[in-house]
Amino acid sequence: MATVEPSDIAKLAQLARIAVSEQQSGEVASRITEVLNLVDQLQAADTRDVEPMAHPLDAVQRLRADQVTEQNRREAFQAIAPAVEDGLYLVPRVIEE
Amino acid sequence: MHDQTMAQLALGLKRRDFSSVELTQHYLERIQRLDATYNSFITITEQQALQQAEEADRRLAQGDAPTLCGIPIAHKDLFCTDGVRTSCGSKMLDNFVPPYSATIVENLQAAGAVMLGKTNMDEFAMGSSNETSYYGPVKNPWAIDCVPGGSSGGSAAAVAAQLAAGATASDTGGSIRQPAALCGLTGLKPTYGRVSRWGMIAFASSLDQAGTLTRTAEDSALMLNAMASFDTLDSTCVDQPLEDYTANLNQPLKGLKIGVPKEYFSEGLHPETGAAVEAAIKVYEGLGASVQEISLPHSHLAVPAYYVIAPAECSANLSRFDGVRYGYRCETPKDLMDLYQRSRSEAFGDEVKRRILVGAYALSAGYYDAYYSKAQKVRRLIKQDFVDAFTQVDVIMGPTSPSPAFAFGAKTKDPVAMYLEDIYTIATNLAGLPGLSIPCGLVENKPVGLQLIGNYFAEGRLLNIAHQFQQTTDFHTRSAPGIE
Amino acid sequence: MEWETVIGLEVHVQLATKTKIFSGASTAYGAAPNTQACAIDLAMPGTLPVANEAAFRYAVMFGLAVHAEIGKRSVFERKNYFYPDLPKGYQTTQLAEPIVGPGYVDLELSEGRTKRVRIHHAHLEEDAGKSLHEDYHGMSGIDLNRAGTPLIEVVTEPDMRSAEEAVAFAKKLHNIATSLEICDGDMSQGSMRFDVNISVRPKGQETLGTRTETKNLNSFRFMEEAIALEVERQIDVLEDGGKIVQETRLYNGETKVARSMRTKEDSDDYRYFPCPDLLPVILDDQYINEVRQQMPELPEARRERFVADYGLTEYDATQLTAERAVADYFEATVKACGEAKLAANWIMADLSAYLNKEELSITQSKVTPIQLAGLITRLTDGTLSSKIAKQVFEAMTLGEGDADTIIEARGLKQVSDTGALEKLVDEVIANNTKQVDNYRSADEAKRPKMLGFFVGQIMKASKGQANPQAVNDILKKKLEG
Repeated sequence: MATVEPSDIAKLAQLARIAVSEQQSGEVASRITEVLNLVDQLQAADTRDVEPMAHPLDAVQRLRADQVTEQNRREAFQAIAPAVEDGLYLVPRVIEE
Repeated sequence: MHDQTMAQLALGLKRRDFSSVELTQHYLERIQRLDATYNSFITITEQQALQQAEEADRRLAQGDAPTLCGIPIAHKDLFCTDGVRTSCGSKMLDNFVPPYSATIVENLQAAGAVMLGKTNMDEFAMGSSNETSYYGPVKNPWAIDCVPGGSSGGSAAAVAAQLAAGATASDTGGSIRQPAALCGLTGLKPTYGRVSRWGMIAFASSLDQAGTLTRTAEDSALMLNAMASFDTLDSTCVDQPLEDYTANLNQPLKGLKIGVPKEYFSEGLHPETGAAVEAAIKVYEGLGASVQEISLPHSHLAVPAYYVIAPAECSANLSRFDGVRYGYRCETPKDLMDLYQRSRSEAFGDEVKRRILVGAYALSAGYYDAYYSKAQKVRRLIKQDFVDAFTQVDVIMGPTSPSPAFAFGAKTKDPVAMYLEDIYTIATNLAGLPGLSIPCGLVENKPVGLQLIGNYFAEGRLLNIAHQFQQTTDFHTRSAPGIE
Repeated sequence: MEWETVIGLEVHVQLATKTKIFSGASTAYGAAPNTQACAIDLAMPGTLPVANEAAFRYAVMFGLAVHAEIGKRSVFERKNYFYPDLPKGYQTTQLAEPIVGPGYVDLELSEGRTKRVRIHHAHLEEDAGKSLHEDYHGMSGIDLNRAGTPLIEVVTEPDMRSAEEAVAFAKKLHNIATSLEICDGDMSQGSMRFDVNISVRPKGQETLGTRTETKNLNSFRFMEEAIALEVERQIDVLEDGGKIVQETRLYNGETKVARSMRTKEDSDDYRYFPCPDLLPVILDDQYINEVRQQMPELPEARRERFVADYGLTEYDATQLTAERAVADYFEATVKACGEAKLAANWIMADLSAYLNKEELSITQSKVTPIQLAGLITRLTDGTLSSKIAKQVFEAMTLGEGDADTIIEARGLKQVSDTGALEKLVDEVIANNTKQVDNYRSADEAKRPKMLGFFVGQIMKASKGQANPQAVNDILKKKLEG
């Protein structure tokens, strides 16, 4: 049975870019453990020779013709942006890797 | 006027009993006066509504207007509406005004439907009680101390309180059908791919499907006629011939084969709910249908599989909300990590965060096979159960939801109990099948839903089966007590 | 100890489609920031991707060119990580089921050696945007025009054993991609970017050493330098008893210094899963055959054609087809002058020396194929001596115009007029009586060599403009007559 520890929560929170404080992490861990216990019922299912199904219909991707259909709408898109300058989206300094 | 169905209103508009502007003003006035009680709307678009109504009246005067022309409806607030705030029930998008519209919004607009506003919902459609909305809970018009169901609780409450003639909604695990059941409405989730997902803010992409919340099956058919289209903007939208969903509503049901899964009547089902559902199935026998017990042996795995797949997909789908290009951004981020973490932590609610974390867990190195891959295999087994069943029967019937509407707070502390609200509806999303809920009785003076599950692209047949029930019963015509 | 270098490459090839891989926004280079980033590229809520057919066609072409299995079923997955140039918070890429399976590329190396480098696979994916680090009040600016540009990432097996082999592979890949016209090949704009995985091991050892990855090299020269530097560093570390740390490194071509990159904090867990917004792409044999029919000529076929049609040697044909632009230049020159062998010689010698000296690519050459052809024509019709032709060529590199213009302006026309030449010959004979006597008394066999002296004097006196053949004839007649 899966048990999620507060240390696991720290790693998941880091991956998901969600801050979970130390005080919260115990409760979050136990809630997530409950959910994982629910989904652990899956382990009993016999899925030998069963293909995973990513999509409800066994449909195939349509391909789009290589033609420009989109026009410049920067003004409309940047009107709803939190911080822009010179047409650029601003973020705290990206440290050159 | 507000107690009429969309079909009746359409007749009234055609006959000039009233104009679309009058009708729209009437609904707007009701919303202003009554919605403080229900909290079913997040945004009311009075000005646009009146403009659209004027335009509709012009089209009606010309005499060749489509059926829905001039009829006021509401959109769930996860369908993007050009120039109108689309919040998805979240603080994250409280300030988000998209410069584009969802395909279904455009389709309904083209059909002349008038948009009254945007309805409340569980945050990012994650919830079964409408208690996770940033804009506060929605009240069930049938019992003001109870939840309306979720996540499309605002759309359901608005139609049940007769603040809109019909509403759009979306269903990822039961989010149309369960609120329909709890609010005494007809709720249709079409086949996955029948209706475009373009412009519908994604929760779990392989499960999400837009649909309708209406008073009757006939209204649902009218709305689906306008909403459904083949949309090249959505790779998962199916190029399937469009049909007139009203065409076969009156087909007799003689010879209809109904399958009743034994797994849907096991422990956890409220006994009176079960009795109401069984009584409804008896009605069908009276209409010439035959009933047989069937088995969907992997039913018990639907909720576990769903709570891997849906969080996994949502954990990636919600990564775009990062405070960079739109939506909420925290004050004075000190670095990039701070921008991401605080923007997301301050603007997402607890349930959304929980599902993102569960999803990240299920996909993370070392757990992928045990959770995600396993769940996708189980998903195929669940689909195969239905495929097998539909070789024997035309339609599957059972309860929509295990019990009638519950009190606020009853399940908020226990996510798993909340998840079990969707125990009967989730499997159809996993399989991609169409499902429909119609009112079939009252338990504790609260509505109960009968769920109909059809084969792929059998929406027309499902609506016919539902309509025939509504021709011989009056559950769908009952209004919530206290509705003026 | 003797060390062996082991190199594998990951190459990002930007595909020359008109639009993005998942949206209808233009991919044209150089637009104002964010003017070619549509709602899909910006990951606006509710938007959905639709895959571009041309990206698949180009990837299939590439696969066929490297003798690879084509993935008849390919699946896009989401690679999850946060970065401001990645609007969705995941990159849509292929992992388990890529479009191009195992294949290989054959390299021609120095001294006639050849080498086969195996391709592990190549997959389609979307490019990210760009972070501009200019200071916007302590902030970075994000331009998402490039976001969603289609790439194929080509991953090789660790089959290369030296910088020479790695660079030869890189150049061959560039040649293939540009010949297929699936990539514009402009490395300065990042159209082709190389990540180099390098390890060393004691010669004879089976197991691979710990490798490092040097990322984002965008020129062949930087690649060569970076490999040399990293191999040296690794050998130093090992010989000092140290251990190689598996890491990502960055090479600065300006300062010639490499350093370890700050590792992304979650680079170890990308949580890949199939993208639910996109369906499996199924390509059938008919489609693949149609693509095969449409494929432009590949370098190897072109080389064979150069031998067959132009009578070039294998060596010359190989040289001229090593780079697509060079082969194009050659054919344009031949088309205009009809002299394949001369064109090949001029391109491989004078033109190549000029381009090297000026650090230009052939497409930047001041001398156009038409100009070179004009020069060759004036050489074959006797207007120019080969010596003067070199002067004319040099003038062309300075932008002085075509051959006729330069000949006219500089008065470089070869003198073939017998009267004028006879006068010159007479003068030289009169001024060199001793040499004339020697010549006349010499054996027949020694005379041709001695004749060279008089030719040289005459050419000098004519400032190189005398027609050497005519001078020869007149001289012989006068000296022996």
